[in-house]
Amino acid sequence: MGYYQNIYTQVQVHPLHPEAGVEIPEIENRVGKGGFNYLAGLVGNAQIGPFYLGTLGTLSLASGFIAFEIIGLNMWASVNWDPVQFLRQLPWLALEPPRPEYGLTILPPLAEGGWWLLAGFFLTASILLWWVRLFRRARALGLGYHVPWAFASAIWLYLVLGFIRPILMGSWSEAVPFGIFPHLDWTAAFSLRYGNLFYNPFHMLSIVFLYGSTMLFAMHGATILAVSRYGGEREIEQIVDRGTATERAALFWRWTMGFNATMESVHRWLWWFAFLTTLTGGIGILLTGTVVDNWYLWAVKHGVAPHYPQIYGPVVDPLANPGGTP
Amino acid sequence: MKLALQILGVVVAVLLTGAMFGTAGWTRPPVRSEQTGFRGTGMVQVQNPRTLAVKLEENAAPAPQDPVPPGGEPATQTYQNVKVLTDLSTDQFNRVMASITEWVAPEQGCAYCHNVENMADDTVYAKTVARSMLRMVRHINADWQNHVGQTGVTCYTCHRGNPVPKAVWHDNPGPPHALGFAARDNGQNHPAPEAGLSSLNYDPFQGLLDDKDVDQNAIRVASRTALPTSPSKPIQTAEKTYALMIHMAEGLGVNCTYCHNSRAFSSWEESTPKRVTAWHGIRMVRDINGNFIAPLTPVLPEARLGPEGDPPKANCTTCHQGLAKPLNGAQMLKDYPELAGGPMPKAP
Repeated sequence: MGYYQNIYTQVQVHPLHPEAGVEIPEIENRVGKGGFNYLAGLVGNAQIGPFYLGTLGTLSLASGFIAFEIIGLNMWASVNWDPVQFLRQLPWLALEPPRPEYGLTILPPLAEGGWWLLAGFFLTASILLWWVRLFRRARALGLGYHVPWAFASAIWLYLVLGFIRPILMGSWSEAVPFGIFPHLDWTAAFSLRYGNLFYNPFHMLSIVFLYGSTMLFAMHGATILAVSRYGGEREIEQIVDRGTATERAALFWRWTMGFNATMESVHRWLWWFAFLTTLTGGIGILLTGTVVDNWYLWAVKHGVAPHYPQIYGPVVDPLANPGGTP
Repeated sequence: MKLALQILGVVVAVLLTGAMFGTAGWTRPPVRSEQTGFRGTGMVQVQNPRTLAVKLEENAAPAPQDPVPPGGEPATQTYQNVKVLTDLSTDQFNRVMASITEWVAPEQGCAYCHNVENMADDTVYAKTVARSMLRMVRHINADWQNHVGQTGVTCYTCHRGNPVPKAVWHDNPGPPHALGFAARDNGQNHPAPEAGLSSLNYDPFQGLLDDKDVDQNAIRVASRTALPTSPSKPIQTAEKTYALMIHMAEGLGVNCTYCHNSRAFSSWEESTPKRVTAWHGIRMVRDINGNFIAPLTPVLPEARLGPEGDPPKANCTTCHQGLAKPLNGAQMLKDYPELAGGPMPKAP
């Protein structure tokens, strides 16, 4: 069996001295000397560190820690500071946004959603600072900005859910609670409230790109692993210097589905599918409640939702039926 | 190192799998799914015949008492202080009393409601409650046939041999919670048995099932127009409706699609006729709780009241107990014409 046909990475590089990387001006700002870890090597590079935190990274981590603490301590308070119940109920616990009567009040009482706004502020600050850090690190290394822009797409969805849409709706209560099950229950209730999100065309697109991403990811990962015995792992070089690995991979897909990506374009496919998942998803959420109030009725109106034969007699709303209300 | 890690991985995987089997509330096959709507719409009911058989056995109706011959002396002449069952003969009256004892207080006997030294005495609170409940049963059988049909209800439909039916609800103030400026939980975000152990509202009933004067549209959250027209209902309201609907589904042992087409939960045109029956059921429960149970609050001893001082109230599970038709649709009322809806006796 080839070393590449394994769940885990079989090749771990453990040099005598951790690799410092290319020379960049801020290199002296790195923390630690770096070391090697067998478990890390099973899934990625065995080398951990040295780290570059910088001002942005430190501020981002500090903001994230504040948000984490606000959320976690309020969850703990919601079980009356009982450590056992905190652990047992943790997936159910949450920090809720303000109730509708507070509208867009900047800081309602802490117990009435003020903590949620504070946590949201610090989490957003943390994420945005991390984005700037990504951008600056990419520039420092002379990279393109593909990673920060892709992350920006995810931030767009996050901001739509927790900031932009609530402002357009005129109430923080439209935002998502912080919590494991609660945000999932919120999602289900959101779909029920707005007449079934599956009829939202941007939700449809987002699903296409999400599932498409996973499929393309699996196809590409499998293809490269399968041709790595012919040097396929040197895929970036093979963009311009096509070797037998590329030829075989391309031929395989042409045989099986009649069309193939190239060593370059498959990465563009992957990037755009991932990027568009959250971009279209954010548009779909932004339109919900602001522009469309019931996606099912919208889909009926525009001929998107098919009509199925009614197998029961006509079912009428008892409230629409005179005398139906006792 | 490698071997230790592999062994650890296998042990963790086995433990997690075992924990899922043990705690996730799964049942082993077979699972039977029955199509109830147009093909491809997902309108199915899922049942496990093995667990259903157990449930049906638990919900078997008791054999009726022997019928009594018609005619005879009216109960009001034989007994003193008869206030509700004034239209029954003495034989019928005795039959009802014997049945109530069997249905409601089989262990405690007559003394649960009566002062056995003087049966006409009204000092035992349970007698006051029983009178109100008898009025309620007749009222349901007479005026709520759009929910109970001709099957009707008897005391046994809810009580099942318990002085207080097993499935009742009290206003739930929620678990103990830190005060001061700690964030409130908005009535949610704890494991809620009433809402299928979700993190939705742990009291989906208060404000929706306890009062006949509740806004008729309180449960409805989805918009009736494609585009926004008026200030919309908040998502928190949708969450409470969702919690109540989970209670209904669990109480009846059915899926959402028993009443709704999941493509458009709010659309009546897409729903099944069962939804209309359920709609009347919700109004019936409000009537029961608001007009028959709430007025009993001052009569009940403190031990019967909830943490908020409210009486034990009814919801869907109180009668249904996991079946779409309580007692699997057993026609108990047919054998008990004494409890059928008739001219409702006036309250004293």
